[in-house]
Amino acid sequence: MAEVLRIEHLNAWYGESHILHGVDLTVNKGEVVTLLGRNGSGRTTTLKSVMGLVGRRSGSIVVEGKETVSWPTHKVAHLGIGYCPEERAIFSSLSVEENLMLPPRIGEGGMSVEEIYEMFPNLRERRKTAQGTKLSGGEQQMLAMARILRTGAHLLLLDEITEGLAPVIVQALGRIIVSLKERGFTIVLVEQNFRFAAPLADRFYVMEHGKIAETFSASELDSKTQLLHEYLGV
Amino acid sequence: MTEIFGKPLPVIMGQLLIGLINGSFYALLSLGLAVIFGLLNIINFTHGAQYMMGAFAAYFLLNKLGLNYWWAFAIAPLIVGATGVVIERLMLSRLYKLDHLYGLLLTFGIALIIQGAFRHEFGSAGLPYSIPEELSGGNNLGFMFLPKYRAWVIVASLGVCIATWFIIERTRLGAYLRAATENPAMVQSFGINVPRMITLTYGFGVALAGLAGVMAAPIYQVNPLMGADTIIVVFAVVVIGGMGSIMGAVVTGFGLGVIEGLTKVFYPEASNTVIFVIMAIVLMFRPQGLFGSR
Repeated sequence: MAEVLRIEHLNAWYGESHILHGVDLTVNKGEVVTLLGRNGSGRTTTLKSVMGLVGRRSGSIVVEGKETVSWPTHKVAHLGIGYCPEERAIFSSLSVEENLMLPPRIGEGGMSVEEIYEMFPNLRERRKTAQGTKLSGGEQQMLAMARILRTGAHLLLLDEITEGLAPVIVQALGRIIVSLKERGFTIVLVEQNFRFAAPLADRFYVMEHGKIAETFSASELDSKTQLLHEYLGV
Repeated sequence: MTEIFGKPLPVIMGQLLIGLINGSFYALLSLGLAVIFGLLNIINFTHGAQYMMGAFAAYFLLNKLGLNYWWAFAIAPLIVGATGVVIERLMLSRLYKLDHLYGLLLTFGIALIIQGAFRHEFGSAGLPYSIPEELSGGNNLGFMFLPKYRAWVIVASLGVCIATWFIIERTRLGAYLRAATENPAMVQSFGINVPRMITLTYGFGVALAGLAGVMAAPIYQVNPLMGADTIIVVFAVVVIGGMGSIMGAVVTGFGLGVIEGLTKVFYPEASNTVIFVIMAIVLMFRPQGLFGSR
């Protein structure tokens, strides 16, 4: 299977704080890969490092065969990466529709607005809302995901998309992830909600203290329950 | 003769016109400051010097290259904007991770250097710049005489302000700018080159100052200190309108110019201070400014 993302010996720093201590992982085309771990284990920093959003990085981040560890963020994005941050980052000075239409096209084959509204019917109803931040938490999360689907990005980095959302919204997001996988998107999911991630992912990486502590595939999930309990307390 | 509150109508209309002229410059200059502050979070103290550079650019284009006012109107803002791009790339871009005070101090220092250099070279006396032939003379409206050039300044300034507002509030480029003001890292993760956008935005804000300088040259003469005299009032306008507010800069710029003009008619002693009195009142009761949201 073709590799979309390969990270080797990745170190990252915020100022003087050394956050990642040699992360290694790979993501293949069409896979859903989940990064599990406790708060502060380095999962979010790993995604930010891929996007070039941390202060200093060393090691190797190869996206679509291109070494990007020294690239600026906007150039990395043009390799076809869509990033959905933990805080959603909906723009309060833009309407819902402006938020949705803001990201430029960075690749071929992005979803049409009509397809996006079919996937996220709430957004169609709320598209004229003057401020994106007036939406509910679940709607904001959907908007944050929807806006990167338009762009032609094929590798989606989704950070804690279920955090703080009602169970019914979490279920809806699960269905959307399945649908995106069927459409051929490659997805890296940072999740603390193991029950959400378990049925979706093809492979799992468990992070601890800024490095990969364990990796296993979905077929090995049952045999790893005890181990996950130790790492995550689930 | 018709009078309003005991003052002759032609006197009132004359001061109203002067107020609108001053307001045009206040609006253009505060608009540039608002655009720069909105995206860069820097209070551009160099703005007055850049306004002066616009006037000098027009003067040199005419006297060294023989290019008339209309050429200067098109070229001088580009020249001044280009100097802004160099300042942003070489100096301001190094300060974004520091406290905003450093940007303020740097731009203040640059302003002093530019003004000092021009003063050393050209002295403090104003250099003449003629009104373009097409806009010389005026029309008698019955209740007042309206010089054509002054009418042009008001119309052109209003046009530029409306065009800038439209670009920022109604276009995709404007949406990028507004979004980058809130969260530049996120906008960059969409694939947009935010550092370049910041550079060009600074250049654009500075070009607006240069444009104001070109328009001011035939009215106020070309003087190394013309910006230093105006910029203090313009900062007050920006504070009253709301830091970073485009609409606030335009409406407040024109509005305060008119208020200043009318004060000259009804209570001349306060005409130089009325804007600062309004600023103090606004700061007390609405510190974010009349149109500010923060």
